[in-house]
Amino acid sequence: MSKETKNIMIVGVGGQGSLLASKILGSLLLSEGYDVKVSEVHGMSQRGGSVVTYVRYGEHVYSPIIDEGEADYIVSFELMESARWLKYLKKDGQIVTNTQQIDPMSVVLGAEEYPENLVEKMKEKGVKVDALDCLSLAEKAGNIKAVNVVLLGRLSHYFDLPEESWIKALENNVPAKLLDINKKAFQYGKEA
Amino acid sequence: MKQLMLGNAAVARGLYEAGVSFASSYPGTPSTEVTEELAKYDEVYSEWAPNEKVAMEAAFGASLAGRRSFCAMKHVGLNVAADPLYTMSYTGINGGMVIVVADDAGMHSSQNEQDSRHHAIASKVPMLEPSDSDEAYRFAKLAYEISEEFDTPVLLKMCTRVAHSQSVVETGERVVPEKKEYVKDIRKYVMTPANAIRKHPVVEERTRKLSEYGYDSPLNRMEISGTELGIITDSTSYQYVKEVCGDTVSILKIGLVNPLPDRLIKEFASKVEKIVVVEELDPIIEDHCKALGLKVSGKDILPMTGEFSRNIVAKALGIEEHKGVALEDPMPPRPPAMCPGCPHRGLFYALTKNKCTVLGDIGCYTLGSAPPLNAVDTTLCMGASLSSIHGFNKMGGEETEKKTVAVIGDSTFMHSGMTGLANIAYNQSNSVSIILDNSITGMTGHQQNPLTGLNIKGDPAGQIDLEALCRAMGIERVKVVDPYDLKECDRVIKEELEAAGPSVIISRRPCVLLKKVEKKPPLKVDTDKCVGCKSCMKLGCPAISIKDGKARVDNTLCVGCGVCSEMCAFNALA
Repeated sequence: MSKETKNIMIVGVGGQGSLLASKILGSLLLSEGYDVKVSEVHGMSQRGGSVVTYVRYGEHVYSPIIDEGEADYIVSFELMESARWLKYLKKDGQIVTNTQQIDPMSVVLGAEEYPENLVEKMKEKGVKVDALDCLSLAEKAGNIKAVNVVLLGRLSHYFDLPEESWIKALENNVPAKLLDINKKAFQYGKEA
Repeated sequence: MKQLMLGNAAVARGLYEAGVSFASSYPGTPSTEVTEELAKYDEVYSEWAPNEKVAMEAAFGASLAGRRSFCAMKHVGLNVAADPLYTMSYTGINGGMVIVVADDAGMHSSQNEQDSRHHAIASKVPMLEPSDSDEAYRFAKLAYEISEEFDTPVLLKMCTRVAHSQSVVETGERVVPEKKEYVKDIRKYVMTPANAIRKHPVVEERTRKLSEYGYDSPLNRMEISGTELGIITDSTSYQYVKEVCGDTVSILKIGLVNPLPDRLIKEFASKVEKIVVVEELDPIIEDHCKALGLKVSGKDILPMTGEFSRNIVAKALGIEEHKGVALEDPMPPRPPAMCPGCPHRGLFYALTKNKCTVLGDIGCYTLGSAPPLNAVDTTLCMGASLSSIHGFNKMGGEETEKKTVAVIGDSTFMHSGMTGLANIAYNQSNSVSIILDNSITGMTGHQQNPLTGLNIKGDPAGQIDLEALCRAMGIERVKVVDPYDLKECDRVIKEELEAAGPSVIISRRPCVLLKKVEKKPPLKVDTDKCVGCKSCMKLGCPAISIKDGKARVDNTLCVGCGVCSEMCAFNALA
């Protein structure tokens, strides 16, 4: 087990289901024997705003939050959010992002523009970006809300953990009636 | 069993194991989940009270009855409950009593950034400050022992990063202490001047004893590692210090932040050459150290505002900050917005259309201040809308009366809007008060209130009739509108602004996020009919945008409320 504390940031738009993703990750990492801290956002920021959840694990974790230049992974539910939080990525860190774009109100109202070619621009900076259309994959799995589990499936690529552990964490954290959809979503993300 | 627990859930577990029998709270981010989690234990009587003052006084009553009691609130809630707190400090308790107060440095979901440690000092009530879930759990249990040993309520101070972070906790079993007998004791419980005069020196003596208790209490601890630098710290600041320095500096970690342990602080100071105090918000420990005659550094190198982080502490200590790369493109900000289908939107649109001055209150509807509605003029504190419109109209006269309204949520109205309305009814201002009744306490994540007919467990409870209440308070004009009906909202608002005398408009429709609210299929845009006039955009619904000159509905966001179709003169949205 790595002694060094590792950092995962989950970013997105309030209401997209990032709390469940962090719950699954937290439960997985705890069962793998790590000390874990997960820091969430509740309250007003949840109402469609930019939200971030911090997941930290290692031998002994102190700070509950992740600072600029510290994230090993940024898991993003929305494309611009991955770019917004980019400065939190560690050198050689990995971004796993949904390509879905949700316009913030200033863009909806035409006061600002949604920045273009974000994946390319991040790659030009030497950032490792794994971008996939999670919304379509979630829809294919049977529920557009399963975007979070599609992303986790993709993230599992980068972890040296047995698939059974991920599936078990899913089983422990999603309602039984939605388990099949979520297992499919995980596989689609993993194989994408 | 070892488990990952939210700080607030860990407090609840500690309370449960400490044998708490009674809990009464008013929800407020980031304190809400303590009481929600506690309500899951059937052995504990739990409830939502109308406000924090009522909750604290109810918990006082339960303590008086001889049981361990509890209440929770956010930092600003303690202002509301400050009145009982400051005098309970004198009366003391019977059964142990603990009060959670949750601060919100960084103002993730609050209107100010006040530091509750001031309340502990001013009320002379002991305050414990955990730095993670495990401490939150253990301190909650220990707080009851302190409460009963020192005959005082005890404050347990949380903050957003402890309350809403999960870390590992190893739980134990519930032990319920024997019920204490209630014995009539006028000198203890009746705070007439004569009795209070006798009590005040007792309180001062208690504070001295607690400062000494802090010397070898497990709440405070020294981690000695070298003599060059000593850091005195509390709460999450401790975690950031450890993140930056590890075991390379000496640390005095304070868990009993009021009263501060003078002897321990002096002893620590004698072991190190230089002291830095690392604490969020106000320089409370720092000023105390200075009053002890110690030379310390603190707010000269660390910020007074906002949350700390690893980098902020590193910078202050002259250690390298971590840095990442950023894109040159400016990222449009994404502030929170009213949800698609939010019942407040239609009402706010009608207010904007009528160019109303809107004195606002605390709740999701504060989001009506954002573009394009820009509807809200003021947000101050719970209940301020109804109190301030009275003064505004008394001084504005007809000029303001014809265009000003107050807006307040159903839960906020029960919290402290009623007294403002009583003033309007009593001193007769020509004011229009709009109660946004979405049948739930919304922003804190759906808690029941005295108007919903359900209790904290979702079981049937007493239900106050809002219309009857307003009428009973002397408001003759009480109207109810459906905020999805834009024409009706417009008509009633105009009518009530014109009418003489005080009036109440109840804008009633349940929060769209409630499970019981049926969601309809997303609306479709008929692109042949849509002329791109952007009328629908005036609502500021996150689900509608304009793409290629036509309206577009995002079917992952739209809940089919249909309010936008009322805006469309071309029947393009259906």
